[in-house]
Amino acid sequence: MQAAKVELIGVSKSFPGVTALDNVDVAFQPGEVHALLGENGAGKSTLIKIMTGALARDAGAVLMDGKPIELGSPAAAQAVGIGAVYQEVNLIPTLSVAANLTLERQPRRFGFISWRKAADDARAALARLDISIDVERPLGSYSLAVQHLVAIARALRDDTQVLVLDEPTASLDAREVERLFAILRDLKARGLAIVFITHFLDQVYQIADRITVLRNGRRVGAAPAAKLPQVELVSLMLGHELQAVEARGAIAEAKAGGEPVLSVKGLGAKRVMAPFDLELRAGDVLGLAGLLGSGRTETAKLVFGATPADSGAIHVGGKPVAIRSPRQAIQLGIGFCPEDRKREGLMLELTVRENIILALQTKRGWLRLLSAAEQEQLASDMIRALAIATPDAEKPVGQLSGGNQQKVILARWLVSNPRVLILDEPTRGIDVGAHAEIVALIRRLCAEGMALLVASSELDEIVAFSNRVAVLRDRRKVAEIAGETIERDDIVQAIAAP
Amino acid sequence: MKIELPTSAAPALARRSAVAPKIFEWRAFWPLLALGLILLVDAFISPGFFSIRLVEGRLYGSLIDILYRGAPTAVVALGMAVVIGARGIDLSVGAVIAIAGAVMTELIHGGMSAPAVLLATLFVSLICGLWNGVLVAFLDIQPIIATLILMVAGRGVAQMIDAGTIVTFRSEFFSAISTGRLGPIPSRIVVAAAVYALTWAAMRRTALGLFVESVGANAEASRLTGIDSKFVTVATYLISGVAAGIAGILITSDIRGSDANNAGLWMELDAILAVVLGGGSLNGGRVYIFNTLIGVLIIQSLTTSILVSGLPPEYNLIVKAIVVFFCLLLQARPVRQAVGGMMWAKRP
Repeated sequence: MQAAKVELIGVSKSFPGVTALDNVDVAFQPGEVHALLGENGAGKSTLIKIMTGALARDAGAVLMDGKPIELGSPAAAQAVGIGAVYQEVNLIPTLSVAANLTLERQPRRFGFISWRKAADDARAALARLDISIDVERPLGSYSLAVQHLVAIARALRDDTQVLVLDEPTASLDAREVERLFAILRDLKARGLAIVFITHFLDQVYQIADRITVLRNGRRVGAAPAAKLPQVELVSLMLGHELQAVEARGAIAEAKAGGEPVLSVKGLGAKRVMAPFDLELRAGDVLGLAGLLGSGRTETAKLVFGATPADSGAIHVGGKPVAIRSPRQAIQLGIGFCPEDRKREGLMLELTVRENIILALQTKRGWLRLLSAAEQEQLASDMIRALAIATPDAEKPVGQLSGGNQQKVILARWLVSNPRVLILDEPTRGIDVGAHAEIVALIRRLCAEGMALLVASSELDEIVAFSNRVAVLRDRRKVAEIAGETIERDDIVQAIAAP
Repeated sequence: MKIELPTSAAPALARRSAVAPKIFEWRAFWPLLALGLILLVDAFISPGFFSIRLVEGRLYGSLIDILYRGAPTAVVALGMAVVIGARGIDLSVGAVIAIAGAVMTELIHGGMSAPAVLLATLFVSLICGLWNGVLVAFLDIQPIIATLILMVAGRGVAQMIDAGTIVTFRSEFFSAISTGRLGPIPSRIVVAAAVYALTWAAMRRTALGLFVESVGANAEASRLTGIDSKFVTVATYLISGVAAGIAGILITSDIRGSDANNAGLWMELDAILAVVLGGGSLNGGRVYIFNTLIGVLIIQSLTTSILVSGLPPEYNLIVKAIVVFFCLLLQARPVRQAVGGMMWAKRP
């Protein structure tokens, strides 16, 4: 193998409560497109931010052409030839294309900006990508695809040797993707090292020469694209390391039976999720498996009424019901732990106690306030039962660690005593100890007769606690796997099937 | 089950809280300290500041005067505290005061009975609150803009009702509410106290306060926890509207006339200031009822002390601004930590 253009050795990075990157090695070769893959929170963004100087690493080294480099800022990375286009295009739509392309290096004439020179520079930058557009027009007047190409042009200078693209195709249609790939192939031929992050697996095989897979901050696989079949890739991304929790057992015995507690028929919403059916009985754990963007969260939110459905029927306890808002779902005995704890779950300024009693209180209505004694009792019971590490129940929940915050949300729903509990990524971003506790809790709850719907990107986790698995692909339910033993390979096959 | 504990942080945390006296963590400490300092200065510059006399069955004295004059602001600020707790803001309270005064005066002249006038005026202020609430909750207009509309238009409405003049009236009922007394206590102090008691009961004896704070802390998470955030948001503006209406009745009764140009002018700013002086954050998430009252008292005692100190009135605003600045400085986290650090460091 030839010498790497940029090499990261043993790079680690922690944020409060989370290890984002753990001792990761990766090498990017010149003249190659290197795909960086992984689920949400796997560490892809952190990795490229360290590589492009936007974040400082905690440990490890970054080498360029074999020599260690220190990148204090994105500008420093640009200066040594590492350009990046982040997921959110950070250009200014109201400014002209020329202004956007020359934002931090405006050509001056007598101390004033020379717009004629700026336009020439901009045209030259775009010419490198074989684009010719009117650079005087505001960027916002062009399509997203063109805006993306402008962003690439901005990252690309004459001396750029490494180009990092984070989800460049997310908002592009097939033809625009083709155009982008043609440009990437051209850049590759000129000897650039291209780092490509995406969640579209078919695109990976179209363009990538080499693949590195991250999961939970660790590198779990690296291989030339030609030697890594899609099934194996999916398997790597979804993980297999939950040996600590012995695979299944209790659940298969606690035979889910009786009438369905929750039955969903043809529930769907345009551009969100194709109509799907689900059925949950007491003691069921139905896993929702699929890759990033396959519709796991969307399914959970549709059932909970958080996203309005435009078709379908829901029965709870055999009776037809209409769920148009989370409030109605909660009244019917459904609970929902969202994936994005900080944005959708917690009231960070409120105390642990207040966060825990909130769902029960909303169920009771605003007039029947839980007494102070009841609140304290519920909170201290839950703190003990779930081993929430907090000095006392009056601590603002924002000051707890990620795992404990997740337990507070779980506690909130357990206190409200739901018949059906929907968990979206219940173990995302929490440490190994809390992880095992939450898996154990899920199994205990279903043994007690609660019905659970659990969306997770960790396949082994799903296999460990589900007695049925619904497989999603491209916002469509493609299979349901049931039986005495659920094999992870069956799920992987269903996800990777063309 | 394994309990995860941030092992490295725990001992350090315990050490700190052992050194830091608990009183620093008491929320009312800093606002009360500021109020105490202002009153202390008053005691020096004006002997007899703290004396309270009973004249003709009514209490008199500088302290009573602070409460008396502060009563309308206190009521408005309380409504503001609720709105701010849900991460909103209500700039229209001054205009609602003017509207309430104009409506009340117009109805008294129309020959309506006094209690009916009272109810009708409160109803109009409730409608003003509803207008704000609907704009913010249902039309999704930013609170500062939504309430700015009524702030500008409301005073115009009041001026139209008054037909551009200052309309006076006589009403024993309304004089009794504002300038009268209940036992030895001036009745508007009683009114303000009743409003505080009622609001406290609504916020702390029902779950409304929890829901308001929850919406203020995280509106989307509140929706996903089953809170009707739109209803809660509207409720906060209703409370603020009615509070402004009550203040309008007090102020109008006091001068026995409706002055649409000046009634409640800049009152919204005093109310916001009082909330902030009380330690409230414009980012929402908390409603501090008692602290808001302290904030009002800081502002009012400042005004009163400048009056009794004999300082030329042209210094009034500057002195007020400087003192307010220092009050807020006391509450700024970096300053507080530095001051706290110095205080602990002196101990062995």
